[in-house]
Amino acid sequence: MSRSAIFAKIEAATSALKNKAPLPEYDLTVVHSPRKLEGSDLWEIFSRNFKAVNGKAMSSIDELADFLQSSAQTHGYCDPTLFDAIGSKLAAAGLTVETTYERERYDDYQFGITRATGAIAESGTVIIDDDRTSHRLAALSPWVHVAVLEKSEIHRTIPEAIAAFGDSPNIIWCTGPSKTADVEGILIEGVHGPGEQIAFLV
Amino acid sequence: MIGTQPIDLYARKISDEKQGSVLDGSSKGTEKRYEVLHKDYADPDSLRKLAGAIKDHTLHHLGDYLAKAEAALTKRGAKVHFAATAEDARQEILSILRGHGVTQLTKSKSMAAEEIHLNPFLIENGIECLESDLGEFIVQLDNDEPSHIVKPIIHKNRREIARTFQREGIAADYNDDPETITRRARVHLREKYMLAQAGITGANFVCADTGRLTLVTNEGNSRFGMAPAPVHIALVGIEKVIPREQDLSVFLNLLGRSATGQQLTVYTEFINGPKSANQPDGPEHMHVVFMDNGRTDVLASNCREILRCIRCGACQNVCPVYRQASGHAYRSTYGGPVGAVLSPLLFGDRFPELADLPKASSLCGACNEVCPVDIPIPDLLLRLRDKAKREGVHSPAAVPMTPFSALATSPSLWRTAMTMSKAMNHLPIHVAPIKPLQDWLGQRTLPESRGGDFRKWMKTRQSK
Repeated sequence: MSRSAIFAKIEAATSALKNKAPLPEYDLTVVHSPRKLEGSDLWEIFSRNFKAVNGKAMSSIDELADFLQSSAQTHGYCDPTLFDAIGSKLAAAGLTVETTYERERYDDYQFGITRATGAIAESGTVIIDDDRTSHRLAALSPWVHVAVLEKSEIHRTIPEAIAAFGDSPNIIWCTGPSKTADVEGILIEGVHGPGEQIAFLV
Repeated sequence: MIGTQPIDLYARKISDEKQGSVLDGSSKGTEKRYEVLHKDYADPDSLRKLAGAIKDHTLHHLGDYLAKAEAALTKRGAKVHFAATAEDARQEILSILRGHGVTQLTKSKSMAAEEIHLNPFLIENGIECLESDLGEFIVQLDNDEPSHIVKPIIHKNRREIARTFQREGIAADYNDDPETITRRARVHLREKYMLAQAGITGANFVCADTGRLTLVTNEGNSRFGMAPAPVHIALVGIEKVIPREQDLSVFLNLLGRSATGQQLTVYTEFINGPKSANQPDGPEHMHVVFMDNGRTDVLASNCREILRCIRCGACQNVCPVYRQASGHAYRSTYGGPVGAVLSPLLFGDRFPELADLPKASSLCGACNEVCPVDIPIPDLLLRLRDKAKREGVHSPAAVPMTPFSALATSPSLWRTAMTMSKAMNHLPIHVAPIKPLQDWLGQRTLPESRGGDFRKWMKTRQSK
């Protein structure tokens, strides 16, 4: 009922329009920011822009282990498919690493290690898509989220990342840690999502 | 200057404290937003115009694109609903919630939901409905209304918020440190997310080609609302459709920069269906409610360009009237320049009551300069002033201009009046018993008349 009423009103409002605007043709390069794209190595460009949004880009297990130890985030979750490459090494460095995420114990997980399914160099963005992510919550509820990234999965620009959406019903781009400026315009990180967003290159 | 329009009367009543908060909050960051746009793009104006042209095209072919979006979403397993009015939208959402047996939910920020006062309605119907955006959460605790599109509590300071948290039992003690306030909300809302049986969101864009809804937040609240909950309901204005996913490149780059000076908002989520089969978290059911609620009337009007709006709040931040008057003075969901156009049109039955809003502008054009979709807001304000005039909407501050027009169109009368006006300096006109004159003078201090001096000066100058 509402549907037909709405479409009838749209038709009435638009059918009489003279000079209907055409769909503009444009080259997608108009949205590129040359300043942000300087450089040739995608990991370097990504790291620079990720740092600018307060993300932390790392590629050494020791550095990651040190960071977690020194910020007292010692108990966490690791995607089982990443356990051999990362989780086991953190466990060897003295951290407690679980490979299951139990929702009822969400407060126990201080860090979450899950797969990033891509990244955008231009904006310093980590991409997580539903099809290849072990747990949405494990990337969201812990204070530290470690997104594990392969170099071949870094897109250069935003339009390239959009063109690669594929078939997943849910894709999220994370450009830095969760933040707000609702209280007097003062920037505070770690509102609902992670207060620390790490991109870890393997 | 003090006026007698409803917006002036409202603005006069707000406290100095609140006025200071609004002025600080809206002015802050203006340079940053300008700088980010201009540093990144050699010609940001052409990008704004491109975005406006894409939106215009979509609106002119809205029926086609809306049908395409509906088909794409349906194919992906989402259930699409339509709501012609605010009441239809409320009932539709309630019936979806009841169908799934939902008694508790979280809701991320949605102007469309504000527009139909969804929260109080659901609560009246026995459904616990909690706002999850920090600002909106505080608005809800205070039983207040948001006063800015992206900064809902721009009118509050930390002391007020700390008092609210203490009063509502969110915290045991008073603490007005912004970081502490944020952490307390984090802990409180987390429990609610985990218990929620549904998450309600809005949508910033809907791509007609694949049905992908795009949602942006900085806090991560909409993502959290859709991680543990089994049902997702998105309430979306029909004008949110854009033709293709590739067009998101244009809009996302402009939205973040215009709203908050960010290249991209922290969390940008693209959704076109229930969660993946192998994903343990996330909604198994997705409902999209496309809402008209006056939008087709705006589309039929000569102000349809306002439907291009992507709700970035940039026009509010730069508007000298908004900065002084606050968003609440616009007495509707949408304040500031966008609200001055949208509200009187969207809430058509309230047009006479809101007809002062298009007049609350000096037409300085700052709103158009910062608009990421290049809406000619000053032109639209003039069209609405014209509409009010044609429809005979009474304006309490209107001063009869007929005598002035008579004077100004006759050179000889004008000359005489100029000479005579000097006499006004010595006459007690401020006590003259002429009502319109008194209303007018009540808000103004006249400068001393120097009638004719300029003409004399011109004459001597020319003869030299």
